[in-house]
Amino acid sequence: MDILTALLQGLPGFGGMSDQGLFITGAAVMATLMFTVMALCAIVFTWMERKVAGFIQSRYGPMRTGRWHGWAQAVADMLKILGKEDIIPAEADKGLFVFAPLVVLLGSLLAWVAVPWAPGFVAADLDLGLFFIFAASSMVVIGILMAGWASNNKWALYGAARGAAQMVSYEIPLALATIPVIMHVGSLNTQDIVIAQQGGIWHWFILRDPFLFVAFWMYFIASIAETNRGPFDMPETESELVAGYHTEYTGMRFAFFFLAEYANLFLVSLIAVFVFLGGWWSPIPGLDFAPALTFVIKGILMVFLNMWVRWTLPRVRVDQLMYLCWKVMIPVTLLCIVGSGILMITSGAVG
Amino acid sequence: MTGDLIFILLALLTLVPAVWVVMSRNLVHAGFGLLFTLFGAAGLYAYMGADFIAVAQLMVYIGGVLVLVLFTVMMTHVPRSHGNHGYDRYVPASVFALLTFGVLYKTITSVNWSASTSPAEPTIARIGAQIMTDFIFPFEYVSLVLLAAMIGAALLTREERPAGPANAAKDTEVAP
Repeated sequence: MDILTALLQGLPGFGGMSDQGLFITGAAVMATLMFTVMALCAIVFTWMERKVAGFIQSRYGPMRTGRWHGWAQAVADMLKILGKEDIIPAEADKGLFVFAPLVVLLGSLLAWVAVPWAPGFVAADLDLGLFFIFAASSMVVIGILMAGWASNNKWALYGAARGAAQMVSYEIPLALATIPVIMHVGSLNTQDIVIAQQGGIWHWFILRDPFLFVAFWMYFIASIAETNRGPFDMPETESELVAGYHTEYTGMRFAFFFLAEYANLFLVSLIAVFVFLGGWWSPIPGLDFAPALTFVIKGILMVFLNMWVRWTLPRVRVDQLMYLCWKVMIPVTLLCIVGSGILMITSGAVG
Repeated sequence: MTGDLIFILLALLTLVPAVWVVMSRNLVHAGFGLLFTLFGAAGLYAYMGADFIAVAQLMVYIGGVLVLVLFTVMMTHVPRSHGNHGYDRYVPASVFALLTFGVLYKTITSVNWSASTSPAEPTIARIGAQIMTDFIFPFEYVSLVLLAAMIGAALLTREERPAGPANAAKDTEVAP
């Protein structure tokens, strides 16, 4: 934010502005920027998902729109979705139906402000950064429940109930898996977490100690469930629930859910990168000439890993999903916290 | 001036949905109205520089309590009330509301609200240190209460299963 206010002050017409005015303008610019990045990643990742799915299933995926490998397919889809008729079911709860996509989008947009893109470049340099990200993304659950309820459709409500139960459960191992890292850093600030991993791949938290390695994979599994993607896509099981909580949505409102889904996917991947995989630092020390680019490339690789899992593994059952979360992942992450703490004390990292 | 504007907007975000929560005839609407009230309250905490309480408010109330409330309301079918305004409840409700307001007013006016001029400083480190030193007993005590609640919930939802060799014998009988 400080960089941005300084930039704004240099522009003609902003010089005479008060600090508060600059702050508000800066916040508005940042929000617009974040939203643009979100929309962009939805477009890029839909194309990428279809190509990755095609590759894994030995086919081409989209090939027609645009000249090279159907690159314009996602753009065309976006334009099509914007032009679609906006339908609100007659029996729907209109107010909630209209508002639900916005709540979902707000939840994922809010979490983006604490992502550390490069040294000193973060929309809001919060001391509670990581905690804030997890807290903000818990708003998505309310939006999903709102959408399922307002649709007045039993499939939608089933999907919403499943989604809420799943997200509330998997939030716990997701947050617990990051606690060993927070213990090592001694701060929740996202910038501090990345700075603590300076100095090549051996300083990244995933390779610091065996417990952190396990914690990373626990985080990864929980993050797949948190974004409601396969093999944990219980809220949207198309063979049972049509499309889950967004069954009744069309056009722009459906696009909002779609946008939030891919924004969340990229967000959890970026969290994995800056918490466990060294953030903007390159694997080889001394090659840090493009920190933001390194960060985004690592994020895209994590997204690829997510897609790989989605198109390879079959869907689990609801009871297996809950068993995995409560009886396997939570005990294992708790063990990681204790183990990592013991290693820290024995190695003399803390007094 | 702009600071006041932010405060007024946050206060409106808290109060307007709060009135809606109380007045709404539809219980689910009231539940969703709470989302905005709690969000506005979190904004007010952040505005006052209490960053940890603001984020904890988001996490605990919106991510936990509100989801629980909504699930309860949705799972237990409550018919919308038509016409019956429940006048018989007005008297005890207003007495209780007035009493609560009186206690709150007395507390608020008795505290010395001298605004600190120093800029808001991060609170998380101090909160952590306090929890691990001076407040270690209340902290552990609360976790004991939570553990008791968890055991209770597990006990209530556990299905009755006849234990012992009789059950095992039945399983072998079924096998061909």
